Amino acid sequence: MLMKCFGKTSVGKRKKYPPNFVIGAAITGVMLLLILMSFFYTPYDITKMDSASKLAAPSLLHLMGCDNFGRDIFSRVLKGMENTFVIALLTVMIGTVGGVMIGAFTGYFGGWLDEVLMRIIDVVFAFPSILLALVFVSIFGTGRYNVVAALGVAFIPSFARIVRGEFIKYREMDYVKSAQLAGVGRLRIIFVHILPNTFTVLMSSIMIGFNNAVLAEAGMSYLGIGVQPPDASLGSMLSESQTYLFSAPWYAVFPGLMIILLVLGFSLLADGMKAR
Amino acid sequence: MTKRGKGVLFVSMLLTLTIALGGCAGDKEAKDSNEIAQTQTAASTAGTENAGTQSVEPETDSVADSHITIGIPQDLDSLVPGLSQGAGTQEILFNIYEGLLKPDSEGNLVPAVASDYTMSEDGLTYTFTLRDGIKFHNGNPVTVADVKYSIEVCAGLNGGDPLISAFSNIESVETPDEQTIIITLKESSSSFLAVLATVEAAIVPADIDDLQNNPVGTGPYKFVSRSLQENVILERFDAYWGEPAHIQDITIKILADSDSIVMNLEGGAVDMVARVSTTQAAELGDDFEVLEGTMNLVQAVYLNNSVAPFDNELVRQALCYATNKQEILDFVSDGKGTPVGSSIFPAFGKYYIEELNDTYPTDIEKAKELLAQAGYADGFSFTMKVPSNYHQHVDTAQVVAEQLKQIGVTANIELIEWEAWLSDVYQGRDFEATLVGVDASTLTAGAMLSRFCSDAHNNFINYNNADYDTAYANALAAEAASDDDKATEYYKECETILADTAANIYIQDMCELVAIRKGYAGYEFYPLYIQDLSKLYITE
Repeated sequence: MLMKCFGKTSVGKRKKYPPNFVIGAAITGVMLLLILMSFFYTPYDITKMDSASKLAAPSLLHLMGCDNFGRDIFSRVLKGMENTFVIALLTVMIGTVGGVMIGAFTGYFGGWLDEVLMRIIDVVFAFPSILLALVFVSIFGTGRYNVVAALGVAFIPSFARIVRGEFIKYREMDYVKSAQLAGVGRLRIIFVHILPNTFTVLMSSIMIGFNNAVLAEAGMSYLGIGVQPPDASLGSMLSESQTYLFSAPWYAVFPGLMIILLVLGFSLLADGMKAR
Repeated sequence: MTKRGKGVLFVSMLLTLTIALGGCAGDKEAKDSNEIAQTQTAASTAGTENAGTQSVEPETDSVADSHITIGIPQDLDSLVPGLSQGAGTQEILFNIYEGLLKPDSEGNLVPAVASDYTMSEDGLTYTFTLRDGIKFHNGNPVTVADVKYSIEVCAGLNGGDPLISAFSNIESVETPDEQTIIITLKESSSSFLAVLATVEAAIVPADIDDLQNNPVGTGPYKFVSRSLQENVILERFDAYWGEPAHIQDITIKILADSDSIVMNLEGGAVDMVARVSTTQAAELGDDFEVLEGTMNLVQAVYLNNSVAPFDNELVRQALCYATNKQEILDFVSDGKGTPVGSSIFPAFGKYYIEELNDTYPTDIEKAKELLAQAGYADGFSFTMKVPSNYHQHVDTAQVVAEQLKQIGVTANIELIEWEAWLSDVYQGRDFEATLVGVDASTLTAGAMLSRFCSDAHNNFINYNNADYDTAYANALAAEAASDDDKATEYYKECETILADTAANIYIQDMCELVAIRKGYAGYEFYPLYIQDLSKLYITE
């Protein structure tokens, strides 16, 4: 099951990849390459100001033009993507690990622990994740790591529910029952016998979760509580650019385009995986 | 739905989202105000006796149901004049409340709640005559008891600390008859009248305890309602003693997201914003007129002088040498604005020393040298808190941070909400550096300089300099002795000390660009941080 989901071809006949999987993989691949590149190299220093090229239009010198300080938008988009990507990734990691822990234990053991934790999860779930993150940030302050923590916590409930559902399904299965009778430890059953079987479901919710995290980060930075200037994130660039929407549309278009591509790539990839 | 359909839908949703995030402001209100502008009836009201010094006479004196929406960058921190803190709050309260006197657009003090006053020869006793027939917004006449109450509360004579520190100089307030108020000072002070004319010293009814929820004053506009963080609604006060305001209804909309100002103006949600940046002004189309004046404040990176490394004068001077004011102006406001070198801006006239601006010519080598002397050869990093609602300050902070990099100093910008700035930075003094503008409530030197005395309650940068304290005390003493030249000299000494010790990284008095929709006019610049809404009128 695990093998299948990662797209390894089974012995003999070769399966054809669905088109949205291919397109998704291509987009995501390019984006990941760009992000990887931004760790080591950007064409310009992202905070280097140049009064001569304020709001300059895209050209060979500045592929995506310049912002109101004459900073190169292409470089800032690269760095912004990196920031957005890293924040989204950390957010999903917190959400997944937290969600799996809670989901696995509540799903496997059930009982009062399940009742209590699930009611808490229900309460957390009742609030939109952005609102929850806003409350968190207003208590602990702004900054990227606070945003990661805030969004991460807000993402736990959805993962917990999915994993719990899977565990409830599997704990009744014969192979689990026989493992129990054979005296296998509970932790071993949870993490070695059941958890790998939930990967298919988990994988597609991680993909969707990642997309939501990208959008949530963009939203938070758009509101000015994520990445702080002069550092860039796709959301903060969108926010800064709206003043210049008419005179320098490229300032808004490119960060927006990158958000779209990032999310679209992962969506198609997740879609394609499900289809296979 | 097919897979492909889903994909297309997703892309289009994202595109919409990208654009819609910016354009949330509807144009509903624009339609409203346009309709009003068209259907206006030239209703004339009586009583423009004291027309005063008005340059442009509006065609329609007052319009029955005229309306304007004005954008301000922050909510009002208090509706009680004596408790208000932010300049952005007081400039709005100016329209609701009045003191015995008030400033006019040239900075002169003109009678308001008092119709006349005399000063005794020794400068200790001021006798005010209450204006005849003046009324509060709730219809009650203003009495001498109200005046006595208002002044005494501000002076702390009823117990408690004085709300206005300069009023601790008041010995007593007496009301010998129904028309006369006599204020006696402990020491004579040439700045007393100016302080009396600030909105903080406004006359309020003695019988209303809850001004915060029920603000009642004597100004040209009366308070109608307020939604926190959303808007404040004012209505013309028809029984106003002076020249009535022209526009009937005013909605003051809080635009805490500075990036949305252009959208709000273009989209029609707001008709006027008094302080837009040059880049924002450049974005506005033909529907707007942009007026240019000065903001009358000192924009600076205010340094917490009691926190390391800013407790070291050499470090502060190094930062000043590393900052290039002209470059900041070029980046942030296309070169507009007046660089300043101390805590006094040009509107102060005789107190302003232009030369102080050249105390720290940009010199990176010198800056590095000073840093090395101070033991920070490798630089250091600090957090600069900037209120996110002030576009110009956020832009300036980014340029400053970039300039400081040249000497190895990293300024981490932290954007905070205005309310958090007031409570944490201004009151809590919990900050390393902050980039804001500090304004003056009067054109007396004390309004800018008193806060740097080491024991001043509003000395939020924790400035502590014995020479300064002495010079300031000397200035006050000279004032008490009615020796204005001497006092001016001491005030100038204070300014020079601030510059020489690099109390803050002084930048500029910013240029004020007022964006106002065509069809409205009458905005008047004051030498103080004031928006006089009563002068606005509709042209067509």
